[in-house]
Amino acid sequence: MANILVQKLTKSFGDNLALSEIDLAIPNGSFVVLLGPTGAGKTTLLRLISGLERPDSGRVFIDDTDCSGQTPAERNVAMVFQQYSLYPHMSVRENLAFPLKSRMLSVTESEINQKIETIAQTLRIDHKLSNKSTELSGGEMQRVAIGRALVRNPNIYLMDEPLSSLDAKLRSELRVELTRIQRDIGGTFLYVTHDQIEAMTMATHIGVLEKGKLIQFGTPKEVYDDPSSVSVAARLGQPRINILDASVFPGSPKKAKLIGFRPEQLELGGGGLDTFVKRVERLGDQTRLHLSLGELSIVTVTDPHTDLKAGDSLSIKPKDPFFFDSDGKRI
Amino acid sequence: MSFSVTAPSPRTKLISGLIVGLYALVTLAPLLWIIATGFKSGQDSIHYPPKVLFEPTMEGYVNLFTTRTRIPSDQPPKDTTSMTWYEEIVYKKGEIIAEPSKYGERFLNSTVIGFGSTALCMFLGTIAAYAFSRFKVPLKDDLLFFILSTRMMPPIAVAIPIFLMFKNLGLNDTYFGMIMLYTAVNLSLSVWLLKGFMDEIPVEYEEAALIDGYTRFEAFIKVVLPQAITGIASTAIFCLIFAWNEYAFAVLLTSGDAQTAPPFIPTIIGVSGKDWPAVAAGATLFLVPVMVFTVLLRKHLLRGITFGAIRK
Repeated sequence: MANILVQKLTKSFGDNLALSEIDLAIPNGSFVVLLGPTGAGKTTLLRLISGLERPDSGRVFIDDTDCSGQTPAERNVAMVFQQYSLYPHMSVRENLAFPLKSRMLSVTESEINQKIETIAQTLRIDHKLSNKSTELSGGEMQRVAIGRALVRNPNIYLMDEPLSSLDAKLRSELRVELTRIQRDIGGTFLYVTHDQIEAMTMATHIGVLEKGKLIQFGTPKEVYDDPSSVSVAARLGQPRINILDASVFPGSPKKAKLIGFRPEQLELGGGGLDTFVKRVERLGDQTRLHLSLGELSIVTVTDPHTDLKAGDSLSIKPKDPFFFDSDGKRI
Repeated sequence: MSFSVTAPSPRTKLISGLIVGLYALVTLAPLLWIIATGFKSGQDSIHYPPKVLFEPTMEGYVNLFTTRTRIPSDQPPKDTTSMTWYEEIVYKKGEIIAEPSKYGERFLNSTVIGFGSTALCMFLGTIAAYAFSRFKVPLKDDLLFFILSTRMMPPIAVAIPIFLMFKNLGLNDTYFGMIMLYTAVNLSLSVWLLKGFMDEIPVEYEEAALIDGYTRFEAFIKVVLPQAITGIASTAIFCLIFAWNEYAFAVLLTSGDAQTAPPFIPTIIGVSGKDWPAVAAGATLFLVPVMVFTVLLRKHLLRGITFGAIRK
């Protein structure tokens, strides 16, 4: 386990600037989730930290050691690849044992077996240990890939959307399980996901990447409650935040170009602007209302047992909304 | 019966079976003829019209492995019961065995040179193909084209320069010289074929191995090679078949110690000119190692031949 420090990391592929001057400090034992649209540079950042890719400039420190010239093996990092990358000529057991058999570690055969059994039980693949790795379903492969990272005790675990191809039930179970493992071993995790629930529940810190830049870094609560820009605000929240022209609602600050309010940041029926209910979606634990304000659409949540129905009119008033300037920056 | 859009109908199966059977007959007939000739007597082998049914004899095989002289006319008749079976065959034709022939040695030479050059070719080809497939090599495309261009003319076109070079370097009639020559000829093919196979192996596996605490070389040995085995096996068969069957260079560059079987077999001469049963027997035995090698690697070969057709 270690502190990771990323300093002014820049990487481009041809004319394509993948990362530009990223500064990031990952404290020992933290669970950092990277969020960002496709192509934002999340995977590149993981690969640069792992040593699979060399940066154009900038440095990576692991526990104050500059590891710029080090191989992935020397950095002692574990990584779960997005496309699993299980060794196809090996069984599940051999796949899990492979990292432990490296010359970098000297693990005895009985220790290896014990570790494999434990991890396999945790990830519920113990009945598949003797299968060939090509004879697994996508979800099982992904769990073996996670297991191959977890059998070790590396400086940092790098995970590139490790739960993405699991079904919803297994996903939520493993989400809890991974969090428990991380707290138990005190491991440092850098975790890429598109899943909002994973980000909010697992992370101790969230970093939002966009176009190769780290645009916000903080605790999940900070990032959700205090987004630094429109794109950060739009990244989290389900249903998504409503972004409208600031002039729609009276009382906006002068410089504000856009106003943003999450579904729950809306006072319903207490005066303000009048809207029509376009559609009512009852999800069970909550009810979503799709409102139309002239040409504009607004989504909000309300009491699950609401009597509102399509065609009703409803007045709305944002409470403590976010305002953004013309560059999308928070005011 | 289940209905399937993709499975061939019985009629299609019958027609394609007939075509394949006919083709097999045409290609295998000469082979069967050679095998049969090996078991014919000298007269039967040149009988006209050719005999399909004949009395099999081991004469050809005995002649292949021995050199013989006529029994001197003043020698008293011998008792055939104390003779071995092959001495008896020779004796009945009025000959006695003088010494073993050179066929065994030539066969061994072929084995050393054929398998030696194949092994060397696979070793060099695999690492070269890996490098071309994975690393940034300056002028990669030009180099690959240059390597391929060495196959654009028949190797025998450079026979005279090679002959002179071998003569000056003292490589004539040596194992080393022949192994180097066949390796050089085969290397371009093996680099090209193997590069295709290496390109098919996703680089992610090596990256995973690097992360798992292995060096690049260890990753190559433990992760890339096991997956490249199909390609290596089928390429090895192509290389071996060429080196094993090569005739022109062998005639030109070997005559004694390192002579391979192909130039030796046609020189087998019996008492009355060409000894066709012995020649056929030599050719038959000569087929065996390549056949065994191919059968052993068969399951890999099938995919090797169709590779490229199924690339994602």
